[in-house]
Amino acid sequence: MGIITDPAQGQAPLPPGPQQDALLRQVTGELQDKGFVIASIDKLVNWARTGSLWPMTFGLACCAIEMIHAYCSRYDLDRFGVVPRGSPRQSDVIIVAGTLTNKMAPAFRKVYDQMAEPRYVISMGSCANGGGYYHYSYSVVRGCDRVVPVDIYVPGCPPTAEALVYGILQLQKKINRTGTLWR
Amino acid sequence: MDLALKDLGDYLVGEFPDEILGCEVAFDQLTIKARHVSIAKVLTFLRDNVNCQFKLLVDICGADYPEREQRFEVVYHLLSLTHNNRIRVKVATDEQTPVPSVTGVFSAANWFEREAWDLFGIYFSDHPDLRRILTDYGFEGHPLRKDFPLTGYVEVRYDDEQKRVVYEPVKLTQEFRSFDFLSPWEGVQQVLPGDEKAGEAPPQPKPEGGA
Repeated sequence: MGIITDPAQGQAPLPPGPQQDALLRQVTGELQDKGFVIASIDKLVNWARTGSLWPMTFGLACCAIEMIHAYCSRYDLDRFGVVPRGSPRQSDVIIVAGTLTNKMAPAFRKVYDQMAEPRYVISMGSCANGGGYYHYSYSVVRGCDRVVPVDIYVPGCPPTAEALVYGILQLQKKINRTGTLWR
Repeated sequence: MDLALKDLGDYLVGEFPDEILGCEVAFDQLTIKARHVSIAKVLTFLRDNVNCQFKLLVDICGADYPEREQRFEVVYHLLSLTHNNRIRVKVATDEQTPVPSVTGVFSAANWFEREAWDLFGIYFSDHPDLRRILTDYGFEGHPLRKDFPLTGYVEVRYDDEQKRVVYEPVKLTQEFRSFDFLSPWEGVQQVLPGDEKAGEAPPQPKPEGGA
């Protein structure tokens, strides 16, 4: 119930008056300022969010094959609670796997906008990170972070499936570190 | 094998003395050059004639030779399944001259000609649906021409307060660099790694000293 500096207090309930008001204000202020209960809710919410990250798999090019490898039996992602969803409305994270071209960019932005908060973006492969192999091309977006805000970058061409799993685990750590009830 | 190709080439030149400009056999491949006005007739003959039977259109592509008068070359690749034979037909054209479309002869030519139009700007007359197929929807220019820069003109995009993707002039943080390590003028190393002892003679075995 807050820090009581005067040990004589708390023996009997305070009558309504300025002292009671001050005590109530002190307690509410502490609770508002991340009190014990809300901190626990944050941990609970983060546990729920990291335990069931559902990606909208945006497999654009060759990185999609390595993403498929990550879902298959050797580097099973299902054991992390990561099941691929076909619809952005049902997913929390979008894995941009492959080269994002100029033609695809508005569609990609639309898909990203259809996702519900809290949403995260994993940029997979060097083409999605910064244009990659096709950086100097006339029809390639030099990194999907020109279109959406990215949380995790997974380097590689293609990144091994293990690297993508590592990236997803990094995203889980990031959510644990920075996530709150209201994102 | 070369003889059969040469015979086929000569036969075709004999059949079409006006329409076919020449034939050539190189690397076991037969190439004939045709006039663009009569390309449909030549391809129909190649498709239907008993000796040719090139019923499969494999590819139509364009090529850009900017130093020539007629800078573009439209190349048709045909395959004969019954005779196990391939042939290449080349047609020279420039930016203003349309080439008759061969979609009437091979319906597979439809998308190939759209691609040649989109990437080179080679116009095909009588094409049922000539529009862009690979480039972006508002893209201006024909990217595979030799005078089109690698990075394009107005091709950088991002999302901003306008809540959409926008086009901007290209801004590259680092210019495109091409490395040629083997060239004596540009190569960084004159000796490839691992070749340091390539020119030396192997060491002579020393005679055994006293035990």
